[in-house]
Amino acid sequence: MSSLHLTLAVNSVAMGGLLFLLSSGFSLIFGLMRIPNLMHGSFFMLGAYIGFSMIGKGMWFWAAAIGGGIAMALLGGLIERLLLRRLAGQTLPQVLLTLGFSFMIADICLMIWTGDPFQPPTPAHLRGAWIVGDMVFPIYRLVMVLVAVVIAALLWLLVDKTRIGAMIRAGVDDPEIARAVGIKVSQLFTLIFCLGAGLAGFAGVIGAPFLSIYPGLDAEMLPLALIIVILGGSGSLLGAFVGSFIIGFLFNFGQAMFPNLAYVILFLPMVLILVLRPQGLFGKLGS
Amino acid sequence: MNMLSLRNIGIGLGLLFLATLPLWMQHPYYINTSSQILYWAIIALGLNVLVGYAGLTSLGHAGLFAITGYTVALLVDAGFGHLTAAIAAIALTLAATAVFAVLALRATGIGFLMITLALGQIVWGIAYRWVDLTNGDNGVNLKVRPMPFGIDLSSPSAFYWATFIAFVVALVAMQLFVRSPFGATVRGTRDQPRRMNALGFNVWLIQFLAFLFSGFWCAIGGLLYIYYNQFVAPPVAGLQSSAEVLLMVISGGTGTLLGPIAGAAIVIIIKNVVSAWIERWNLVLGLIFVIIISFMPDGLVPGIRRLWRTMRGTDAAEAAAARASAKLASGQTDAKEKGGVQ
Amino acid sequence: MTVKRRTILKGLGATAGATALGMPAIAQGAPFKIGLMTVKTGPLAQGGIQMEQGLLTFLKEKNNTLTGRKIELVVADTGGNPAGAKTKAQELIERDKVNVILGPLAAFELLAITDYVRQNKTPLIAVAAAEDVTQRSANPFIIRPTATSGQCSHVMGEYATKELKKTRAATISEDFAFGYEQMSAFQRVFEDNGGKVVKKLWPPLVTPDYTPFIAQIPKNADCVFNGFAGSNPVKFMRSYADLGLKDRIPLLAGWTAMDDALLRSLGDEAIGVLSAAFYSAASEFESNKRLVAGLAKDYNVLSGGYAAGMYIGGQCVEAALAIAGDKSNDGTAFAEALHKVSLKDSPRGAFSVDSKGNAIGSVFIRRCERQGKDLVNKVIKTYDNVSQFWTYKEEDFLKNPVYSRDYPPAKNLE
Repeated sequence: MSSLHLTLAVNSVAMGGLLFLLSSGFSLIFGLMRIPNLMHGSFFMLGAYIGFSMIGKGMWFWAAAIGGGIAMALLGGLIERLLLRRLAGQTLPQVLLTLGFSFMIADICLMIWTGDPFQPPTPAHLRGAWIVGDMVFPIYRLVMVLVAVVIAALLWLLVDKTRIGAMIRAGVDDPEIARAVGIKVSQLFTLIFCLGAGLAGFAGVIGAPFLSIYPGLDAEMLPLALIIVILGGSGSLLGAFVGSFIIGFLFNFGQAMFPNLAYVILFLPMVLILVLRPQGLFGKLGS
Repeated sequence: MNMLSLRNIGIGLGLLFLATLPLWMQHPYYINTSSQILYWAIIALGLNVLVGYAGLTSLGHAGLFAITGYTVALLVDAGFGHLTAAIAAIALTLAATAVFAVLALRATGIGFLMITLALGQIVWGIAYRWVDLTNGDNGVNLKVRPMPFGIDLSSPSAFYWATFIAFVVALVAMQLFVRSPFGATVRGTRDQPRRMNALGFNVWLIQFLAFLFSGFWCAIGGLLYIYYNQFVAPPVAGLQSSAEVLLMVISGGTGTLLGPIAGAAIVIIIKNVVSAWIERWNLVLGLIFVIIISFMPDGLVPGIRRLWRTMRGTDAAEAAAARASAKLASGQTDAKEKGGVQ
Repeated sequence: MTVKRRTILKGLGATAGATALGMPAIAQGAPFKIGLMTVKTGPLAQGGIQMEQGLLTFLKEKNNTLTGRKIELVVADTGGNPAGAKTKAQELIERDKVNVILGPLAAFELLAITDYVRQNKTPLIAVAAAEDVTQRSANPFIIRPTATSGQCSHVMGEYATKELKKTRAATISEDFAFGYEQMSAFQRVFEDNGGKVVKKLWPPLVTPDYTPFIAQIPKNADCVFNGFAGSNPVKFMRSYADLGLKDRIPLLAGWTAMDDALLRSLGDEAIGVLSAAFYSAASEFESNKRLVAGLAKDYNVLSGGYAAGMYIGGQCVEAALAIAGDKSNDGTAFAEALHKVSLKDSPRGAFSVDSKGNAIGSVFIRRCERQGKDLVNKVIKTYDNVSQFWTYKEEDFLKNPVYSRDYPPAKNLE
């Protein structure tokens, strides 16, 4: 393994961590509510912008990240309560509504934060890199992976060990039965939507020192979240986790090794999965 | 009967309006905008076959008409004649459609939407990154428009009429399709897939053919697109482009003949005309979609039709029935979607 | 005539001798229409918004009146892609019937509309750098008062070899026309001067993370030349520093990659980066001081090459209006006048337009430094009278194919 491959591998893992933060919420929304939330990339971008402004006001980086997450959770909750709710079960209108919001959010971001690219500085205590021989490991990226793993563990605890988690699982497996046994699916949906949007916003801030924030970021992240969830299986956290790292690797190695077909390499596995195992690698849907 | 003839008169007047447009609309810019609306309407009508009649929501159609555009531009650039290029483009698009169909028809509902999205993104990825073939982001120029039967299409009105003819043919084909037994079976696979299966219909084959039919009209629209713009670049194949066509269909009203046309007009007018006055046109576009969906979830044309009926004081029962049937239809797609990804 | 005398006097400096030809006797009633093609959405929006601000600053300074004619401005957002550029060009020409187009921003946008503006005889003042528009397929309706893609890169190739004594370079830039032309121009001079370009990397315009590309830069390269545009340089330089390359291999930049307007978005990772640009916000030219002050006051931004390009574009319109006089409404006559423009004072300094329509002017080598809290691009060397053909003979230069991904061929790749 050459140093190029090693650098790519390290970066793939870092990117995988970030992608997990983005896609886990998407997966829950998609899996539980069957909503193709095409504004998920917009939550990521808007959260990042808001977090950036908070940092600019002197806020601590991690507090700003949580702030960006909370702001998106509130926005997501509002949209879900007021609008999406009324379209329950109607895919087409949901697609249109979420797309409409993604257009609007993109334009509002451009209005407020102009077209200037922003890159909040990496938090001071996490700057620099570990250098091992010829190899460079940027500390911040490693921390990103750590954060992703912690969040993954928390989510796993939430879904597997709590009452709410049990309801979520029941909802993913069979929404009708869940409703029938008296689970308040409506409140659960709002909660999940807030959680998903919040995670996306949080991911946006965390990713900002690495990806920077600029108009068009939303449209870059949305397809990645989509592929990951399809690959891993909607509603499955494990699937989102594994899918994120697969895509992290495909993205990094594809770009470097086969630049001409980089995007084919990115999307082809998703097509194959959909054809061969439509419920995804770890999907629970299916008879 | 009265309604029907009223509708026919309306359509006749509409066509007359469109046929004579360049005669009284002197401004070349608006003639060009109308050409754009018409060829986008053809594409939207094509997509509507899948979305509206077969109940299969595709987010990858941009990949199809982009293939048409690229094939024409690249072949003409390589020295082939326009006729050869056009035929090859249609053939290649149909072949791609067949591949799309075989892969995507493994699922319905959201699953179908996701597969088509991924396929569309692959086409976009090739256009974007396979620079040796497609010239990447720089795009491909088409030096001249074709001259069918020696007619020069370089002026806005000449091109408009050519587009209008294609549009009328598409419209007639759609009408025939809707009324034909084939159209009925396609709708059958949308509403009652299991029953259709039980009755001995090959649901897969019916959906496959509907997909091809849809792809064919995308190819025709794609031809007009490349002849009009004389330029093709990766964004044409992208998700935004697919989304815009889908928005045309949904906002206008799926499963109606006029819906996709109205939708195409809305999107193009906002994109081209409104954007000149209002800087934040994306905001307006987004807002309009949210409003349409919030107040007329089944689209503009059915929504207005209902409003019209209510306003004319047609008995409330009829309106209620219409609403109920609309709900039923969406409920059925819903039920099918739940079965979708399995 | 309702023009304020003060405005005319102010204009005198900019249009130099041109105004002395006398005030054109054109009725106040018919405004002269400028169509600005810019980008307000997408990854190139940052430069596009600057373009509009630069032009508005100029027009405000002139009270919206140039050589006695009222100016009407129509702004169109192309979205930063060639198809959008085509649509918007049609809009400006067919619907708004503009007298002159300023813009578009990107080379691939300009390439998509150059035939169209020629067919419609609409003069155009470009910032976009697409070389051939002022070279092999020179368009008589287009001038470019900024620089071709290669114009600044040639200089950087010279500086890197002659002054910095670099011998092994890697290049990295977006995978589109502007990137190819910049990198190839650098490569040509660099290799003609005895250096070797050992690696050429082409990430796509939209790249979420540059690490996969940066990881491919050979460790034994002694400089990296980057030509990123829009918001990409910010991302690229951060990753470059994060991966520890900043201290190992010095970074060189084209003008867009270290545009002054980006300085507020950059941090320590940019310090020490050398760039070649036709403009420097720090320069002391009178009109530049006005531009920098105007942008700071009205928009609270730093002035960069795009804002300067459009401010200069406005000056060119003014100068050409003075030259063409009553014939200004005739596209052909106005385009001819544009080709005769020569300015003594512009934000980039004095420059003239060559027979093919491209500017001959100074190119600055700048080093990014921290002054107090702010970053500045300090000019450390100036190359005067740089033409788009560098020191090559025009005929010989034009015999070669246009700079592209594969031309000149990279023979020294490792």
